Amino acid sequence: MNDQLEMNQYSIRDRIIGFAKNFGLPRLIIAGFLLLLFIAAPLVGADFLTQLTNTINRFSWNAILVLAMVPMVHSGCGLNFGLPLGIISGLLGATMSIELGFTGGFSFVIAILIATPIALVLGVGYGWLLNKIKGGEMMIATYVGFSAVAFMCMMWLLLPYHSANMVWGLAGKGLRTTISLEGYFDKVLANFLQINIGTLSIPVGTLLFFALLAFAMWAFLHTKTGTAMTAVGSNPTFAKAAGINVNKIRLLSVVMSTWLAAIGILVYEQGFGFIQLYMAPFYMALPAVSAILIGGASVNKASIVNVIIGTFLFQGIVTMTPTVMNSMIHMDMSEVIRIIVSNGMILYALTRKTEATR
Amino acid sequence: MSTKPINTKEKNPLQKATGFLRNNSVPVMFILICAVCIPISGFSPSYLLSEIVTRMGRNTFLILSLLIPIMAGMGLNFGMTLGAMAGEIALIFVSDWQIWGIPGVILAMIISIPFSVLLGLLCGKILNMAKGREMVTSYIISYFINGIYQLIVLYMMGSLIPIIHSSIKLPRGYGIRNTVSLLNMRQCIDNLLAINIGGVKIPMLTFIIIAGACLFIIWFRKTKLGQDMRAVGQDMQVARDAGINVERTRIISIVISTVLAGFGMILYLQNMGNISTYSSHSQIGMFCIAALLVGGASVDKASIGNVFLGVTLFHLMFIVAPQAGAKITGDSMIGEYFRVFVSYGVITVALVMYETKKRKAKSLLGAQLRLDQLKEEDEVK
Repeated sequence: MNDQLEMNQYSIRDRIIGFAKNFGLPRLIIAGFLLLLFIAAPLVGADFLTQLTNTINRFSWNAILVLAMVPMVHSGCGLNFGLPLGIISGLLGATMSIELGFTGGFSFVIAILIATPIALVLGVGYGWLLNKIKGGEMMIATYVGFSAVAFMCMMWLLLPYHSANMVWGLAGKGLRTTISLEGYFDKVLANFLQINIGTLSIPVGTLLFFALLAFAMWAFLHTKTGTAMTAVGSNPTFAKAAGINVNKIRLLSVVMSTWLAAIGILVYEQGFGFIQLYMAPFYMALPAVSAILIGGASVNKASIVNVIIGTFLFQGIVTMTPTVMNSMIHMDMSEVIRIIVSNGMILYALTRKTEATR
Repeated sequence: MSTKPINTKEKNPLQKATGFLRNNSVPVMFILICAVCIPISGFSPSYLLSEIVTRMGRNTFLILSLLIPIMAGMGLNFGMTLGAMAGEIALIFVSDWQIWGIPGVILAMIISIPFSVLLGLLCGKILNMAKGREMVTSYIISYFINGIYQLIVLYMMGSLIPIIHSSIKLPRGYGIRNTVSLLNMRQCIDNLLAINIGGVKIPMLTFIIIAGACLFIIWFRKTKLGQDMRAVGQDMQVARDAGINVERTRIISIVISTVLAGFGMILYLQNMGNISTYSSHSQIGMFCIAALLVGGASVDKASIGNVFLGVTLFHLMFIVAPQAGAKITGDSMIGEYFRVFVSYGVITVALVMYETKKRKAKSLLGAQLRLDQLKEEDEVK
């Protein structure tokens, strides 16, 4: 009897350890940390519903940028550190839409329409480059993104923009570092079907938009081409033997990722209310990368569920730590915690043995 | 039957020239950029010369720290930022204890060693877990440790770690100010034994220290450990079969690199005269790596010559680009962004060239194997 009980306990313990190993210790710590924050929030006097609203809002801004990671992970191109390239297409779309004089919600549609061809062209070039350097994607992607951002810094000054709402007042040329979207597509998705219950408000429109894209991605991954993409990612030699054009599939995944990044930044801007130019896109890849990793993805495996869980956990920590920490110990350590958590998570994913020998 | 001798060694001059250009495209490109920008910028040669000599003294030691991991086949060590942070922490302590001048610099170097070794060990261990993707991992490590550095310097110094003088503390009582002045230490090494030739100040002592580091690297290559490192860099599996402890060798190469980077950062900061506590180190890795690559180094091959050529060309571009940009477009920011773009662009190009070369070598090997097999089959027939 006793023996059996002991054995039972062992198996439960084993199961817990196995679960922790599968799920990854860092993820467990982060999830536990967020839970702690949610519990601590009411105790230190922060309104729980306001906190939840903030978290959901930030989730809705960032989710598509995180979703952009999925195709490239699937096709074996690794984590897309070159996200800024797509973001730049989005920024070009947004600024051109305003420059051409479109206003209100319509400017959002036009921004997407302008951003799409730019993202496709840049994505094809980027994908072609990544096909030439298989195996070294992540490092080169990082620097392609950086170079693109630095190049666009020059372009924002040189391109002939004239809209009075965007250029520096005195010089009359060169775009400002932040451009307000008021009167343009500020909160155009967030205000659509918005639900307000007391202090809780849910931007249903933005969430629906994300759901639409996420569903499309899920459906795509179950089509023939989508399955081929997964095959290319998990075993390129096998995929080649099965008659799949590996380079073409990889190119497609890169284009998809770049396009999603362009759409993602537009959705981010409509929620945030501002366009941020110049060095702002520089570090936008890292939060998206770490978010999907926190959600349980690895360097060569990612799903839509990973995106949702990861974005929620990451944005939860980003929004909760400042308020809770501030009222608890009167120190704003949120920035430092964010740096350590996000980069620690990426580091953890990069050092997994099973993935290192790809 | 075939009378045409297949001789790949003998090429006509044109082929030789294109081959040279292909192998040295980055330095050649830089020489062209500088050749265009220098006349436009309108700087006098003596000004340019003195600026380059100053920057050479400031940066060369830092760049030298990158050579050893390249030798060990670990690529460009973006983790050199860790050493820079160790150097900064040491300098913060020394300036808090008010030990100035050359004794202060020497003490800071001594204090930086344990921090550098510790961080180097950590970095080496992590990189051993991520073989084949060392560069991206070391790059993320530098961000991660930057978070820990901020945690220590911004929150622990002054609260947990005793800091005596309030002049370097933030007004709130803990944490270090954004800039720590090293006024009493400024250029103390540069000015000792400095020679003035035609208005150009040559910091002899700094150059002697840099020469010492070069000699150390040359000597180190010839030691048993240095030979082991080269073997590991060539082929890890073969090295392991030859009885070399691969993991240990790789960790040592990173530790040496980190310690050298710490020294380099202290030399750099004593020249600058102040520490930007939270930003001095963040760009240093990128600029050093770009400079090394501009000198004609690649991910798997770098020499001391590359370091000196790189530091000269890269900083020449750095000095003239903003001025030239302002003259051409009438906006001084264009030149600033241009040099940032060029730094990143150079690293991108060098990485792409390295990866394509690696793939080409791989496919050549495959083709060779196929040829050999065909030959064998023919012989059997």
